Amino acid sequence: MALTLDDVRRVAQLARLRQNDAQAQAMLEELNRIFALIGEMQAVDTSAVAAMSHPRDVAQRLRPDRVTETDRRDALLALAPLSEAGLYLVPKVIE
Amino acid sequence: MFQLTIAELSQRLASRQCSSVELARHFLERIARFNAGLNAVITLDAQRTLAAAAAADARIAAGKAVTLTGIPVLHKDIFCARGWRTTCGSRMLENFVAPYDAHVVARLDAAGAVNLGKTNMDEFAMGSSNESSYFGPVRNPWRASLVPGGSSGGSAASIAARLAPAATGTDTGGSIRQPAALCGVCGLKPTYGIASRYGMIAFASSLDQAGPIAKSAHDLALLLNAMVGFDARDSTSLEREPEDYTRALGQPLQGLRIGLPKEFFSAGVQPDVARAIEAAIAEYRRLGANTVEVSLPNMGLSIPVYYVLAPAEASSNLARYDGVRYGHRAAEFGDLTDMYERTRAEGFGAEVRRRIMIGTYVLSHGYYDAYYIKAQKIRRLIAADFAAAFRRCDVIMGPTSPTTAFELGSRTSDPVQMYLSDIYTIAVNLAGLPGLSIPAGFDAAGLPVGLQLIGDYFSEARLLNYAHRFQGATDWHGRMPQAFVE
Repeated sequence: MALTLDDVRRVAQLARLRQNDAQAQAMLEELNRIFALIGEMQAVDTSAVAAMSHPRDVAQRLRPDRVTETDRRDALLALAPLSEAGLYLVPKVIE
Repeated sequence: MFQLTIAELSQRLASRQCSSVELARHFLERIARFNAGLNAVITLDAQRTLAAAAAADARIAAGKAVTLTGIPVLHKDIFCARGWRTTCGSRMLENFVAPYDAHVVARLDAAGAVNLGKTNMDEFAMGSSNESSYFGPVRNPWRASLVPGGSSGGSAASIAARLAPAATGTDTGGSIRQPAALCGVCGLKPTYGIASRYGMIAFASSLDQAGPIAKSAHDLALLLNAMVGFDARDSTSLEREPEDYTRALGQPLQGLRIGLPKEFFSAGVQPDVARAIEAAIAEYRRLGANTVEVSLPNMGLSIPVYYVLAPAEASSNLARYDGVRYGHRAAEFGDLTDMYERTRAEGFGAEVRRRIMIGTYVLSHGYYDAYYIKAQKIRRLIAADFAAAFRRCDVIMGPTSPTTAFELGSRTSDPVQMYLSDIYTIAVNLAGLPGLSIPAGFDAAGLPVGLQLIGDYFSEARLLNYAHRFQGATDWHGRMPQAFVE
């Protein structure tokens, strides 16, 4: 099953990746080559197989619900492209 | 000095034949002299390096040194190191200075190892040739027109050119072993979960694993001792008793059962690579090992499975790069969505964008079961193939890569062709097993061939011994490209 240009545009929007028409067209061709390879999976009968998410089938470890991080607000905010008064600055969302 | 092993350097430091500061200066000078032609190292901070070396010298003087104290180590630029620029090979993180240390970095620092600098890599570790780096490709020290492999290409090339005695790498689908093979050095991907992923910039979290790259199996064992260990901050870190990975070095190989998967010796492998591997296996027979043919019938599916799972996990992990909290932000934008879209389109290179697209698609509504769950099911079949093989053998051997190093630019226009470079390594990540690549000769053009050793879970100490014994009987691992000899 091949992807369409609409699929590519929809996925790019979901992934928050701006692309122009030429890039979308090139991406479509590349993705269809890759999905032809991925399609080889569909020939395998996996009806009796359980999905494997961790090689050792280890369950997620839980920890006590207590604060372990120290306050490093200023150091971390210093990494932001734009911040002011202890806040991250972004374009206005609500008019 | 650059030819010495870690154990030899450690001995010299202990006996005061040289200081850690002298050692750091020696390798910084080699980097200054040779790196321009390789582009293997992308960040240096001589002041920090020399301060760490001076601290190591003080520790040695105080009689509190351990084996790695004072040994310079280059870190793949995927590892956060506090105060160091950490780019992951991406424009997105071009100016990111890590506010904390990765667990692996902290462990090596605690042992007194000296951070020598950061190595170039494929962007976000997505690549098999080191050509997707925002900072330009790394060149193979054996021939500058060739790729070093990837994604830990800068680390592998640095060891090959003897710019450092040790380097760190990460391996999601072959990213330690394949560049180690193409550069003629040694690299180990440990069992999934024994090295913490904390502070290692995430690509595909269920596959990513840190490991060492060095000149010999013995050096790898010394590095592994310091790098691994339980870390509560990585939810997939395994709680195990610490091991000494040097403990099996030197044990005889009499009666060792080597499994040779017929799928590893198929038509796809370059004939002189196959010949070098067969000669290496013959050497193992002389050392007392027996061989048995095994089969990994689902190995061919490892690439399709990987190119669902890894991009799916990557698309999720890379969603954090939004231009708000850290990293690149587009200079011009309209509203918030426009800022996200422009920031990410500018900050990520073509291969990263491609994989985010694959991952977003396979995780999108209506496709999750058909792709992601399907791939996770076949992943179990691949792991079961290895389990069956290990009932008949102690170690699996074969080529690390179907070819030796290839020309820069020769596979960049065809992603599928590039993806096939990792045909022999990816299944090991999917199963979570340990894998090792060591030099095992040269092809007709004089380029290094890597022998891959795959062991059962937690068999690193034995695997390292199998490599160590081979290195006791051969000298392939001691060969280095002539241009860097002096």
